[in-house]
Amino acid sequence: MKSVVIRLALAAVVGIVASAASAQTLNTIKTRGSINCGSNGTLAGFGLPDSQGRWTGLDVDFCKALAAAIFNDPSKAKFVPLTAKDRFTALQSGEVDLLARNTTWTSSRDTSLGMNFTAINYFDGQGFMVRKALKVNSALELGDAAVCVQQGTTTELNLADYFRANKMKLKTVTFATSTEAVKAYDAGRCDAYTTDASGLAGERLRLANVNDHVILPEVISKEPLGPAVRHGDDQWFDIVKWTHYAMVNAEEFGITQANVDDQKKSDNPDIKRLLGTEGKHGEALGLPDDWAYRIIKHVGNYGESFERNVGQGSPLKIARGLNGLWNKGGLQFAPPVR
Amino acid sequence: MAAVETSRPKALLIYNPKARGIAYQVLLCALIVFLAWSAIHNAAENLARAKIATGFGFWDNTAGFDISQTLIEYSTTSSYGRAFWVGLLNTLLIAGLGVVFATILGFIIGIARLSKNWLVARMAGFYVETIRNIPLLLQLLFWYNAVLKALPSVRESFTIPGGTLLNNRGLFLPQPVFGPAARFALIALVFGILAAIVYQVWARRRQMATGQQAPILWVSLGLVVALPLAVLALSGFPVTFIYPESGRFNIRGGIEVLPEFMALLFGLVIYTAAFIAEVVRAGILAVVRGQTEAAYSLGLRPGPALRLVVIPQAMRVIVPPLTSQYLNLTKNSTLAVAIGYPDLVQIFAGTVLNQTGQAVEVIVITMAVYLTISLVTSGLMNLYNRRMALVER
Ligand SMILES: N[C@@H](CCC(=O)N[C@@H](CS)C(=O)NCC(=O)O)C(=O)O
Repeated sequence: MKSVVIRLALAAVVGIVASAASAQTLNTIKTRGSINCGSNGTLAGFGLPDSQGRWTGLDVDFCKALAAAIFNDPSKAKFVPLTAKDRFTALQSGEVDLLARNTTWTSSRDTSLGMNFTAINYFDGQGFMVRKALKVNSALELGDAAVCVQQGTTTELNLADYFRANKMKLKTVTFATSTEAVKAYDAGRCDAYTTDASGLAGERLRLANVNDHVILPEVISKEPLGPAVRHGDDQWFDIVKWTHYAMVNAEEFGITQANVDDQKKSDNPDIKRLLGTEGKHGEALGLPDDWAYRIIKHVGNYGESFERNVGQGSPLKIARGLNGLWNKGGLQFAPPVR
Repeated sequence: MAAVETSRPKALLIYNPKARGIAYQVLLCALIVFLAWSAIHNAAENLARAKIATGFGFWDNTAGFDISQTLIEYSTTSSYGRAFWVGLLNTLLIAGLGVVFATILGFIIGIARLSKNWLVARMAGFYVETIRNIPLLLQLLFWYNAVLKALPSVRESFTIPGGTLLNNRGLFLPQPVFGPAARFALIALVFGILAAIVYQVWARRRQMATGQQAPILWVSLGLVVALPLAVLALSGFPVTFIYPESGRFNIRGGIEVLPEFMALLFGLVIYTAAFIAEVVRAGILAVVRGQTEAAYSLGLRPGPALRLVVIPQAMRVIVPPLTSQYLNLTKNSTLAVAIGYPDLVQIFAGTVLNQTGQAVEVIVITMAVYLTISLVTSGLMNLYNRRMALVER
């Protein structure tokens, strides 16, 4: 509450919202020497600092990729942890340059909230977790159950819709942070905990006894998660969008962190354009032409980042599924660089 | 007239202190108005440029989210405006009950701290010093987690005789349903309350005139409690109860008191009572010792001496700081957000703000609400204080 007031005061008096920042986000970032990245501060796999303050996660990697493209230095990404509730105000007021915080792309957020979604870096859907002891096999059996949920999310809206559509009685217990919601669920305050399926996989790790809980099969919504920027700066919008596409294209062409230097010698015109050995594709974005090379060199391609943070190389062990490449049965499809 | 004017040397207007004073005031006002206007104008312009929705059109839009405690009819298809009222009532409920209980507990502890009994005084002192010095947020989290951990699951609910159930989903009380014949008891209750007021006025007048005391407490209780109960019994007890019973997941039926509510009320009362205790202690100590001695020498025992002589005088010192404790309690109730109690800040300045993205409008409304609650509270307390002050003889 207090932070919202301060942000508002800043926005109103100094007028950071648009007057100073619009159309010059890139310049502001270059002058400042770092990117302010609105992140999740508590979600394993997406955004979480460790005890030494080192941040990891799919969304964290995304910001590091941006920093690599602009500064050739991933450590120039600074992370601002935001709760679900405060994140939009933080972006609107200019406190962060972008929001890469497992945020669902919806029509109202894309329009009246003053921001634009750039691309989808994780295709998700909402699920439920319950205690095994309850012997529940389907979300449709949850009528009359108490459900713990986090406020300021699409989750709480989908939950209400789902129960209404299926004529089930609902007892929601709403918390401001997922930490509190998970703790209350773990203490038995609720029968079920609900959030994005990826979030369930991450939050599970915080429970006292992981094996006492199951995730139900139903996926009750579409949650396209992606980075968002403020309205009014097309250049910055393009940079953020193409950072994701560069990582996906790199995976498609088989360019990895390990082989990117060799790939620079490749004759494949697609690879040459992406890595900047042919054409002036970086310049058009306001970046050096080897922008994508820097991203892959420092962070890796989309698949590498996925496996490291949420896939088999992580405790979450999420399968690629919808997030596989388009030519491998998934939905990740990037427009060509040309 | 003209003669007077010429007889005095004509001073320039800028040397006239009154005119200068007025000019400064006008300038200051103009400056403030200009600053406010430019801040509003600037904000509006920036919001428009960023294409962020503005205005109060959202008020009637469908909220779409569920709320765990609603004192008025509310469903997920209700409007944001309705959600606002739900939140406001939840805030008023917690603040109202908090003020009542914190006052009672605070007075008890404040008086206990002055007790001649060493142990009682020390315990009261220990309470005040510990509770005052631990941040309220920590206390709330402690109470909430303690409540959740200590209470059994739904299946192992404690049954309190009379059909009340207690578990980690809350306290479930039997819900009375009154039959048509219960209206006689209602009439008796209204009559009882009126009669008790008349009786008290009469008893006070008589005491002023003759010095004779009347058993006000017992007669009032009889009129307000026993009389309606007797009428209820005579009309054949037309009350049935809906008893809470366990369903598959939760308790169904009955009146539900959420654990979030209990923890918040508990935390706020315990915390604020520590401050009120100090206010009360200071108030009592401010009454000169001679007053107590005079009361004793008139033959009053310590209890009545405190109640009839010391406290009424102490009240004049107590009420102003007590008012700020009430205001603090109300404002502190916004910490509800940390433990999931759906107060105005959680619902309106939290969920509604986030879902609509209209931070400026929502925060302005929320601040106006708290300002109004605070002004009304201090207005009422000032009224009360003025009445106390008039009693001075
Ligand atoms: N994708 C949904 C939900 C995003 C969300 O906030 N999820 C929660 C639960 S996984 C979370 O990340 N909470 C972490 C926090 O607030 O600290 C949205 O955009 O509304």
